[in-house]
Amino acid sequence: MSRSRTRYDGVVIAAPVTVPYVRYSEKDAHWFLARALGALLKTSGLKKEQIDGLGVSSFTLFPDTAVGLTQHLGFSPRWLDHLPFGGASGVIALRRAARAVQNGDADVVACVAGDTNHVDSFRQNLANFSRFARDAVYPLGSGGPNASFALLTAHYMQRFGAKAEDFGKLCVAQRDNALRNPLALFKKPLTLDEYLNAREISDPLKLFDCVMPCAGADGFLVLPEDHARQLDLPYARILGTIERHNAFPDDPIQDRGGWMLDRDDLYAQAALGPKDMDFFEAYDDYPVINALQMEGLDLCGYGEAPDFIRSNTFTIDGTLPFNTSGGQLSVGQAGAAGGFLGLVQALRQVTKQAGKTQIPDVKHGLVSGFGMINYDRGLCTGAAILGRA
Amino acid sequence: MTDTLKRPQKRNPVLPLRLPTLPPGARSRAAIQMSAAVAEGRFELQKCHDCGQLQYPPRDACTTCLSIKLEWTPVDGRGELISDTLLHHSNELYYRQRVPLRLGLVRLQENITVLAHLHGDCPQATAPVRVRAHLDKSGQAVLIALPATDTPNMADDRILREMTSDPKFRKVLVTDAKSATGQALCKALSDAGADMIWAGIAEPWKQTPGFDAITKLPNVTVVPLELTDNRSVQDLAASIGAKVDILINNAEFHRNTGIADRPGTETARAEMEINYLGLMRLAQSFGPAMRARAADGSVPSTAWVNILSIYALSSLPSQGTFAASKAAALSLSQTLRAEMRQAGIRVVNVFPGPIDDEWTQLVPPPKLAPAALAKAVVKALQDGVEDIYPGDIAQDLFNKWRQNAKALEREMWDQ
Repeated sequence: MSRSRTRYDGVVIAAPVTVPYVRYSEKDAHWFLARALGALLKTSGLKKEQIDGLGVSSFTLFPDTAVGLTQHLGFSPRWLDHLPFGGASGVIALRRAARAVQNGDADVVACVAGDTNHVDSFRQNLANFSRFARDAVYPLGSGGPNASFALLTAHYMQRFGAKAEDFGKLCVAQRDNALRNPLALFKKPLTLDEYLNAREISDPLKLFDCVMPCAGADGFLVLPEDHARQLDLPYARILGTIERHNAFPDDPIQDRGGWMLDRDDLYAQAALGPKDMDFFEAYDDYPVINALQMEGLDLCGYGEAPDFIRSNTFTIDGTLPFNTSGGQLSVGQAGAAGGFLGLVQALRQVTKQAGKTQIPDVKHGLVSGFGMINYDRGLCTGAAILGRA
Repeated sequence: MTDTLKRPQKRNPVLPLRLPTLPPGARSRAAIQMSAAVAEGRFELQKCHDCGQLQYPPRDACTTCLSIKLEWTPVDGRGELISDTLLHHSNELYYRQRVPLRLGLVRLQENITVLAHLHGDCPQATAPVRVRAHLDKSGQAVLIALPATDTPNMADDRILREMTSDPKFRKVLVTDAKSATGQALCKALSDAGADMIWAGIAEPWKQTPGFDAITKLPNVTVVPLELTDNRSVQDLAASIGAKVDILINNAEFHRNTGIADRPGTETARAEMEINYLGLMRLAQSFGPAMRARAADGSVPSTAWVNILSIYALSSLPSQGTFAASKAAALSLSQTLRAEMRQAGIRVVNVFPGPIDDEWTQLVPPPKLAPAALAKAVVKALQDGVEDIYPGDIAQDLFNKWRQNAKALEREMWDQ
């Protein structure tokens, strides 16, 4: 039995920043991360020297890690974290930074995630994504996650009776939300017909089931509450967080994720339940993973996401606003920044900085992350609950 | 059901030649060990010596108990296809030319989930299948799931054929086709559906029993080929080199001598001239054109076979100069393999024990019949393996060599 988690009292998250996404860039990851850090300084009014903690997530920073970035950008942090968790990196960056600040290991931690997208960098990243991928996935032609998620989607549909229309409904709702977000790369409405009749990618996945790789960066600050107040920064409370890796290794194929092991802790830490969540920002590189997160975080039962999808609208003005920025499927996936997108949007919602995507009367928001198809399944899961200050 | 492979049409010379590309070939050291087993025709997965856990993909330690004592153990490959997809898009050039292609997750009966290519005759998930390991064009192991029971024409499957070198509809050059093994190879290739067999002969005036019947086979054409003569090899390459899909180098010069029992170097030189330099001449003349045609049409150039000898691994002192020439040829074939791999052409090395022919009259049985050798070569091409050790003696010596090469050296002293 694990010991229960203590709270993050006195520590807050603030200053959501986004370096606008672009489909391709000739710049390097360092350029995007520098801009994200610059935006954090500008937003907060902090001086560079006042940032004494850094959390960095990036796939294309190679051959550098967070270490190289400190010299590249001239930071001398006393706390440094490199976060190779892909889609779970946002939540994990937050929870680690929060403990560091809470315990005095750092005063202000800047968390940034970003990647570039050169015309050929996506292919090269895939080829060397992990040892198992290089040995046992990439050689079979499944260049990247498309085929992996196609297999998970086909299985989920067969086992739980999900229909293409169910996944389509989520994609269409997210596009609807994205039309209010000036930072989204997709600007045109998407109809269910267009979704269903799109180009085949890897049966049963079609074009609009798959995220579009792009370049960009996101970031936020973690700092003591009184410091945020001094800086006059709108902030959100960190009510609960969880992470888990390689859960359920004996499942023949992935149709549930690590959230199921930890969600009770998450809600207990926040003293809230799934019904208290005013919105949900999930990791959506492919819609089947949305279903796994809804079930994993107890918004509905195991295998019941198809019904849950049929009984909600997911739009900003509807029931259970979902991926209110448009999510990666409509904003774009800027590499590791895809793991920050939901958290940064949740922070905007809870601090009322979400512009046209703003939901009225927000008290609590749920954020989830999922990352790293190492071989046949995603290994990293995480979730956080943010609360209005 | 797989469509029967049709005899390819004559190539339209106006159309651009499709250039060879390779599937991704980078592997970890552990995965390369799996490829090595597959190259020798074995499908093996890692098993923990301490706790018995079987695992895939290959690891450096046991995923259950962290033991580093891992052993490669043969697996049956039976399992259930639990999910499948038809991939329409890939970022790799090789696969862009080959989509759509089926992939699936198979739960092996040992409770391991593996990602595999799917043979076209596999039903949709969920269904029982058999997983096999094959070398792909890059020369590394990949998994492919076959239907639970054999189906008609299953060898003609498009993806399976990428991993094999079936002689069916292929044009094959056999060197020294007059010899007992050469004749047997021509016959076996003809039986296996080869489109054309060029029977290379060095001494047209020499009457060899049985060869007349071989020349009467409908798909056999006799061509002059003297491996000791650069000009002869180049002339034949100029004439047919752009059509050869499979080259089987069967020529050998074989005498029974060591160092002390025959003065001078003439015999050794003659053995090297054919067994080593003959291979070199062939490779320089025929290799480039074969590499260029490795992705051409439905039956591209595909394989190069060297008939070596089990004594290439460990010398038989009583035939020491012969063994040395075969060892030299083995070493050269490894270079050839590395070079031909760049185009996805498989180099198959055959390591027979003593063959039942005129040069092994005094060698006691069991000896390998030429027809058995030829059958093993055709099977190696059909199965897509890289090294074979046909016959009881070859198997015995190969096993001893794998266990302890130094001990085998001593065992060979008095043979």
